[in-house]
Amino acid sequence: MIQPVRAVVWLVEGTWQGCLDAAAKILPRDAQVALLHVTPSDVGEITEAATTGLLGRASRAHRSTGHFEEVADEEASEILQAAAKRLGRENTELVHRRGRVEREVVSAVADGVDLLVVARDGDRSRLGPHSLGHPTRFIVDHAPCPVLLVWPDEAPGIESIPPPPPGHHPRPNGPHRESP
Amino acid sequence: MPSPIAETLAVVLLVATLACAVARPRGWPEAVFAVPAAVLLLALGVLPLSQAGAEARSLAPTVGFLAAVLVLADMCDRYGLFEAAGTWMATGSRGRPVTLLALVFVVASVVTAVLGLDATVLLLTPVVLTTVARLRLRAKPHAYACTHLANSASLLLPVSNLTNLLAFRASGLSFARFGAIMALPWLAAIAVEWVVLRRFFVTDLVGRSETEVATPLRIPVFASAVVALTLVGFFVASVLHVNPAFAALGGAVTLAVPALVRRRAKLRDIGLSLDVPFLTFVLALGLVVKAVSLHGLSSLVVHLVPNGTSLGSLLLVAAVAAVLANLINNLPAVLLLLPAAAAAGPGVVLAVLIGVNAGPNLTYVGSLATLLWRRVLRKRGEDLPTSEFLRLGVVTVPPVLLTSTVALWASLRLVG
Repeated sequence: MIQPVRAVVWLVEGTWQGCLDAAAKILPRDAQVALLHVTPSDVGEITEAATTGLLGRASRAHRSTGHFEEVADEEASEILQAAAKRLGRENTELVHRRGRVEREVVSAVADGVDLLVVARDGDRSRLGPHSLGHPTRFIVDHAPCPVLLVWPDEAPGIESIPPPPPGHHPRPNGPHRESP
Repeated sequence: MPSPIAETLAVVLLVATLACAVARPRGWPEAVFAVPAAVLLLALGVLPLSQAGAEARSLAPTVGFLAAVLVLADMCDRYGLFEAAGTWMATGSRGRPVTLLALVFVVASVVTAVLGLDATVLLLTPVVLTTVARLRLRAKPHAYACTHLANSASLLLPVSNLTNLLAFRASGLSFARFGAIMALPWLAAIAVEWVVLRRFFVTDLVGRSETEVATPLRIPVFASAVVALTLVGFFVASVLHVNPAFAALGGAVTLAVPALVRRRAKLRDIGLSLDVPFLTFVLALGLVVKAVSLHGLSSLVVHLVPNGTSLGSLLLVAAVAAVLANLINNLPAVLLLLPAAAAAGPGVVLAVLIGVNAGPNLTYVGSLATLLWRRVLRKRGEDLPTSEFLRLGVVTVPPVLLTSTVALWASLRLVG
């Protein structure tokens, strides 16, 4: 008997709806889907670094992140609930993790997952090697399973590719042949 | 005591004080380590009593000014000014992350300039972070905007940063003149931060918030009016040759008294917002640094700080100050550089400030301390901070130093 596909869909603020819709279009109906959200831990570290830099204010420094972590956790579970509703399938698992985002995502697919669905974030105005965000780039490089990179909205046409640089003359047609 | 031994002892105690202030063994306040260091230097005669007295007398008004600003900012928090700013940013952004970042820039720059960098880091940043989380947008660019602007947008007024307060007295400038000269460098720093952060976080400034802002905007009119009047008071005081610290004191008292009467705050809260351990730390650190500069280091510093206000020497001063701030933290850096800078004139003092205020965005804590701090984090089993803030520091700090110092140079020629 063929096992159903096990897929993880990584959801991030700003792109999650588009990512989910693209995943729904591609994943088979019987796929076991896990929706994953990771709350980044480094936001707290940034503010901790800033308060440590303020020498002498230790007695007040505990305030620096306030309720951020609680609120971020609440909103993460809201996003996951909303995503499950939008997907509208049974057998949907909700996974909320906290930590270094890229590492958490990779470790979430370490165990027998068939497909990881990731939305392209990045700069739509200049597509190219640097147009993937750092976590996405890391995940594409290190995920131990196939990664499906989807556009969170309409895919750009190929006319968005800039013309080749001057002096670049690819052969007009056919495969490159070694000259004898 | 022979000078080389005295100098070595003073430097060792300064480094130990800074190390303890960052690592904070047993979680004790920083003053617990700084005060014994100062006392030891006094007891051993490394710092003569007369010199210590003179230094304490010159620091006291600054510490008083700082205390008033701390209470003023804390009162603004109690009156809900920062909460209101959060709601205003959320509503004004219309859910667009780039618009939100722009509003965070405006609020963080103004708060830093008027209420000081402590207010931005300790009071505004938590509000910004929860606002972003509620909007379900990515928090990182906004977190960096707050921590970066707390440093680089603290150039404008003497109250914006403790380093400015220390330099303000030494510079001999009036409050209004300080602000007039630093307006251009301040704007330059903010503009550079905007261009770089907008580009650096382009992949995180995506999407649009799908949530509604739940809380209606309620501006605390009384607190806003008091802050505005305090700001006017700073300039009026400077025209009347009155210490502008009194304007800050006036603002703090005007907010504190009704807060106490209406039980918005207890007397204990005001005591806490005064942050006596911090004020004590500043005094003690001032004495330790004085001991260091008495024994030979001051002459070295004089060589490091070029005289004159040509563009080249201003740039060199800002660079030296930034390097020193990144080696040992900006508070001791400014204390060390000030005597020589003050002798070279107000232009040089302001260039030092550009270096020590914008410089820390490279390592935040100073590199000596950063090494130590990383060890502390590792011991606590926490993640080490990513290389990200170093990378961001490398692309923001040099252009901020450059453009702000060029702006200072132009400003000195325009305002004189």
